[in-house]
Amino acid sequence: MNNNLKFIKGLTPTNLSVNTNAQKNASNVLDTTDLPTTRTEAWKYTRVAKIGKIDFTNEATTVTSIKGKKVIDSPYTLVFVNGRFSEELSAKSFPEGVTVTPLSTLEGITTQEEFEGDIFGALNLAYLNDGLHITITKNKVVDEPIQVIHLLKGDAQLSNFKVQIDAEDFSKATVVQGFFSEDSNNSFVNYTSDIQVGVNTYFTMEKIQDEEAGNFHIGTDTVTQDKDSTFTINTITLNGTLVRNNLNIAVNGENCTTNLNGGYLLKEKQHVDNHTVVDHKVPNCNSNELYKGVMNENSTAVFNGKVFVRQDAQKINAFQSNRNVLLSDNATVNSKPELEIYADDVKCSHGSTTGQLDDEAVYYLRARGLSKSAAAQLLVSAFIAEVIAEVENEDVKSYIYKRLNERFGWDINPEDFG
Amino acid sequence: MITIKNLHANIEDKAILKGLNLEVKAGEVHAIMGPNGAGKSTLASILAGKEDYEITEGSVDFDGEDLLEMETEERAREGLFLAFQYPVEIPGVSNINFLRTAINEKREHKGEDPISAKDFMALVREKSKLVELDAKLASRSVNEGFSGGEKKRNEIFQMAMLEPKLAILDETDSGLDIDALRIVANGVNTLKSDDNATIVITHYQRLLDYIVPDFVHVLYDGRIVKSGPKELALELEEKGYDWIKEELVEA
Ligand SMILES: Nc1ncnc2c1ncn2[C@@H]1O[C@H](COP(=O)(O)OP(=O)(O)O)[C@@H](O)[C@H]1O
Ligand SMILES: [Mg+2]
Repeated sequence: MNNNLKFIKGLTPTNLSVNTNAQKNASNVLDTTDLPTTRTEAWKYTRVAKIGKIDFTNEATTVTSIKGKKVIDSPYTLVFVNGRFSEELSAKSFPEGVTVTPLSTLEGITTQEEFEGDIFGALNLAYLNDGLHITITKNKVVDEPIQVIHLLKGDAQLSNFKVQIDAEDFSKATVVQGFFSEDSNNSFVNYTSDIQVGVNTYFTMEKIQDEEAGNFHIGTDTVTQDKDSTFTINTITLNGTLVRNNLNIAVNGENCTTNLNGGYLLKEKQHVDNHTVVDHKVPNCNSNELYKGVMNENSTAVFNGKVFVRQDAQKINAFQSNRNVLLSDNATVNSKPELEIYADDVKCSHGSTTGQLDDEAVYYLRARGLSKSAAAQLLVSAFIAEVIAEVENEDVKSYIYKRLNERFGWDINPEDFG
Repeated sequence: MITIKNLHANIEDKAILKGLNLEVKAGEVHAIMGPNGAGKSTLASILAGKEDYEITEGSVDFDGEDLLEMETEERAREGLFLAFQYPVEIPGVSNINFLRTAINEKREHKGEDPISAKDFMALVREKSKLVELDAKLASRSVNEGFSGGEKKRNEIFQMAMLEPKLAILDETDSGLDIDALRIVANGVNTLKSDDNATIVITHYQRLLDYIVPDFVHVLYDGRIVKSGPKELALELEEKGYDWIKEELVEA
């Protein structure tokens, strides 16, 4: 039994049926692996020891209302509370061509995960509460976004949750995921996804992370792209004490576009860590990565972005950028953009900047009559607007701006920044 | 309007201004000329409130208030405007958006209501026309990707929008071709009234053919060492500054 995850004893194992090899892999990893420490390269700047000390439970909880915990108003909203499907609060019908099934109602779940020492992935599968499977049928264009709400409710809750998405060939759809909590402390969302983007398919995922301070979020999105497809994921982190996002994108087909953007706007002792991998295995693809952070007070951000361009993957355009603004002397950023290129005919660039607001610009604006704080707000807004502009859905954008106003007092008019 | 008395200022322990005196009254245009490094931009920056300088002596009275005690933004709201020698580029911040904020901060300071969207747009149209600034430029990010001349015209556009009591133009003419110079000068002259005043810092007499000064001052080694009528500018253009240095040595 695992020594680090003492809380496992108190958990109810999953009652979902998972293919046996994956199950075995998971229990094997749980038996043999410790929680990562800062000596583990992938966790060098992110301490998770605290998670091992909490007595989590994963019993079912019910709520009668989500009380406004949502990103957008969508008739196609699904609600999960502590990782369990809430039939009462979820939509019953979906647009034509969209099939949404809670994993708990499926005969069985199939996953190819091997975990390779990933204790959180193994924990997720072995103690999976629930999740959902979304299929976008071949050739279907779905204009209305599907919204998935993950609500944490109560203290020391562990929510192991999995999203499986199959965006079939020539389809087009957007899924918005909102992560929230209500009266929660020391609760932990342990999330995984498995997203297949078919031939010539457009699939967009908007992830809004807005759990209350005091809670943990560790998630891994695993994406594969078939040829001629476009996959976009925007991850906006607004709250939460410890957030770790792993994003692994395998570009398996030619002529693909991959857009991965992230924004994190942190304060207090928030810690947000984005680890991304884009693996270009074949030629003629584009990937664009932009992660931007605004750091207040004692917050910390970690960015580790890897782009692989394999030997046969000629004519790849890969751009990666991580930029951070520090608004406090006590905020920290550890940024490591990495390109590993084995092909010779490629166009790639990467860069990382971390700095304070431009003093000259602040002075210029003040010399026109803006207060120090108005000048700073304008500069921060302009800085972060670039990444928020990547969010395609206007209602999702409005939600982000509303929350920035509530959390930081930034009164941003998106029209001013485009 | 503004009275500068015996102003001494250091930057990093180096004395830049060494007892500067200047008085500008409402309705007047003053030109300040002087060799490179004399302290002209330093004077302008100190008046605008840049914090890098240490004022060691002297006073500046701005309409009865101690200017040196005011924050940069307070000076702007009280009607002081500096057209920068090197306007900064601010990516992502729209020119007219920040000007709207600036105008409203000024109005709030004076106890007035915010400007309506309609009035604001009308003002943008009127003033951008005055300095022949393309409406598209007016709404782009502040100075981003602007040519040198466009940056200078944008400064005058902002000045026109903010209608200051005292405008200080720091080498707004440098690098401008004759057409741009005429446009900038026309902007300044149109805004001129009996209630406001202008300090024009320049290297070249040329600008003063268009913006006719009431007084010309020579700033040399941190002080105003000579003042005279507009003809002094012609003399400086012709003879350079050496004769002034000689006069100083003799004195
Ligand atoms: N930030 C600074 N640090 C050190 N010295 C400076 C700084 N800014 C200006 N100076 C010095 O102050 C003097 C006056 O500069 P400035 O006011 O720009 O002159 P002008 O505008 O008359 O050409 C020069 O000797 C210049 O080198
Ligand atoms: Mg100068």
